[in-house]
Amino acid sequence: MSKEAANKEVFLRMTKRDSISKRKAWAIRGIAVVLSLILCALIIVALTNDNPFQVYLGIIDGAVGRKRRFWVTVRETMVLLIIAVGLTPAFKMRFWNIGAEGQILMGGTATAAMMIYFGNAMPNWLLLLVIFIVSSLAGMLWGLLPAVFKAYYNTNETLFTLMLNYVAMQIVTFCIVFWENPAGSNTVGIINGATRKGWFRNIFGQQYVLNVIIVLIMTLAVYLYMKHSKQGYEIAVVGESQNTAKYAGINVKKVIIRTMMISGGICGLAGSIIVSGASHTISTSTAGGRGFTAIIVAWMSKFNPVAMLLVSAFLVFMQQGSIQIASQYGLNENASDIITGILLFFLIGCEFFINYKVEFRKSKKEVQ
Amino acid sequence: MSLLLTFLQNAISQGVSILFGASGEIVTEKSGNLNLGIPGIMYMGGISGLMAAFFYEKSTGHPNAFIGLLISLLVTMLASAFGGLIYSVLTITLRANQNVVGLALTTFGVGFGNFFGGSISKLAGGVGQISVKTTASAYRAKIPGLSGIPVIGDLLFSYGFLTYFSVILAVLLAFFLKKTRKGLNLRAIGEDPGAADAAGINVSRYKYTATISGAAIAGLGGLYFVMEYLGGTWNNNGFGDRGWLAIALVILALWKPVNAIWGSFLFGGLYILYIYLPGLTRATQELCKMLPYVVTIIVLILSSKRNKHENQPPASLGEAYFREER
Repeated sequence: MSKEAANKEVFLRMTKRDSISKRKAWAIRGIAVVLSLILCALIIVALTNDNPFQVYLGIIDGAVGRKRRFWVTVRETMVLLIIAVGLTPAFKMRFWNIGAEGQILMGGTATAAMMIYFGNAMPNWLLLLVIFIVSSLAGMLWGLLPAVFKAYYNTNETLFTLMLNYVAMQIVTFCIVFWENPAGSNTVGIINGATRKGWFRNIFGQQYVLNVIIVLIMTLAVYLYMKHSKQGYEIAVVGESQNTAKYAGINVKKVIIRTMMISGGICGLAGSIIVSGASHTISTSTAGGRGFTAIIVAWMSKFNPVAMLLVSAFLVFMQQGSIQIASQYGLNENASDIITGILLFFLIGCEFFINYKVEFRKSKKEVQ
Repeated sequence: MSLLLTFLQNAISQGVSILFGASGEIVTEKSGNLNLGIPGIMYMGGISGLMAAFFYEKSTGHPNAFIGLLISLLVTMLASAFGGLIYSVLTITLRANQNVVGLALTTFGVGFGNFFGGSISKLAGGVGQISVKTTASAYRAKIPGLSGIPVIGDLLFSYGFLTYFSVILAVLLAFFLKKTRKGLNLRAIGEDPGAADAAGINVSRYKYTATISGAAIAGLGGLYFVMEYLGGTWNNNGFGDRGWLAIALVILALWKPVNAIWGSFLFGGLYILYIYLPGLTRATQELCKMLPYVVTIIVLILSSKRNKHENQPPASLGEAYFREER
């Protein structure tokens, strides 16, 4: 604190807030969202020369305007949510799992393999069950590798999991060589398009209801596991301080490995939901950056499941909407990544104003 | 022999982008900031330089290659420095989590590159594939005379100026970090910002400067790829994962810029080895492309297992510094 007075240039004073009312915190977040939407609108208007209201009507139309678009938005929200849910246990433990992309791809590859090789060997419900188990195991393996080395050698998990993403991508391209359909296309195409084996079946006449059910069940299960089980508590203790955990008699190595198996397993399951429940094919872009976006979703929501659902829905809504706008004007659909980036910058930045109070320093000298 | 020569040449030209990225990331990490936004920043730098050259060439009837070079170089550095500024404001001033900001910046930057790369011709009035041959020719110009020497000329003198600049820059950075007072201050901040602050070093200013100039250096890697490697055009997602390889290379190089030089050429070689290995089928080629990542993982495991003190990352890497929270 002694340096504070010597520092003449400081005209803003930042102090940590002791507490902030829920209403005020949400008001700050609301302002951040509005500011980000205004900035996005300015950028879209600059590129398309359309008026901003037209642009936002276009985004709403693109995201939920038709029944089909609405369900795609729901489906994508659910995918983002389950990945964020899967990452939660690892992050609670302060384990930076940025390998969700790879874990999803491994789960997706396992799913595609089951659909291709066992498509006609068993009834569809059994096949789906096998798919869920095998894809979870594949994701689990991809989470287990960095966890073991973290537990025993304290190997940096951020970079280990990151590199495994690219190893997983090469495994996908390796498999595509054998599965490509039609030959020479270098893509797998729609798997079991005629028989629909291994596809999610319609429930209540809707294609994506099963996706919603599975994701919501997993979200609830992880919430209960983290909040009300002994293992969930152990994760929180290890995340707070490994030394405390050791002193309390928690086997830290075991917790790290077990938690990453759970985390990877759920991300693998997310891969099966994408492949079996949505795209019915596999490619290197099956995960499509959602493993990274989900990290930010989970972190910003402070692992609160309702907040995760809201943030996922908001991001997917804007993405689907901007993809629609971009295609309307013949622009590239990567516009949605720019929009996502801007929204994230504002949402990340506004957390500061929730945690800290900023005051302008007047000419008074009696600070402290 | 000539096959080996081509392999080495290609390994070097693959490595240059990665070397720029790694040099920038080393400077950034020495200040304690783990900038995972480098892949996005490299996309931003590449497309901005290309767009600047494109609009310059479009605006004049007889574009001058040298002016195009200056404009694209300047715009690239400004755009990537802007990426570094976003990261710095969010992590240093607003104290957000570094990993989260970095990943968001990569999402933004890769989208920025692909969006403008894919839409610029449409925005400029539909001229089809964009190409800036004149400016690119300045980037691709070889050293006259020396490049004519057989074998040695091909191996050492057949590249554009950015290749040599990347190596010189890495050496200069090594000198800066090891031998100058400012470099010492920067390393002190990376190891223990609290102690550096107490010693009278302006921590925030150093962190800002290091992160922004690191980003500008990394952006040159994107420009190199667009101008010299692709010859002045854009290919969506063509830059691929080289940005992540640059971050991996920082570990392989143990945070030393000089190590990054040979490391980048090694990575470049591993990246294209599958083309030169005889007897590979299409499937085994794909497995061979895993090599750079697998090598990184092995290095990561070995260095953590040996746990040598001087081979460790800066001690405060990834942590924000709040003076009032000590």
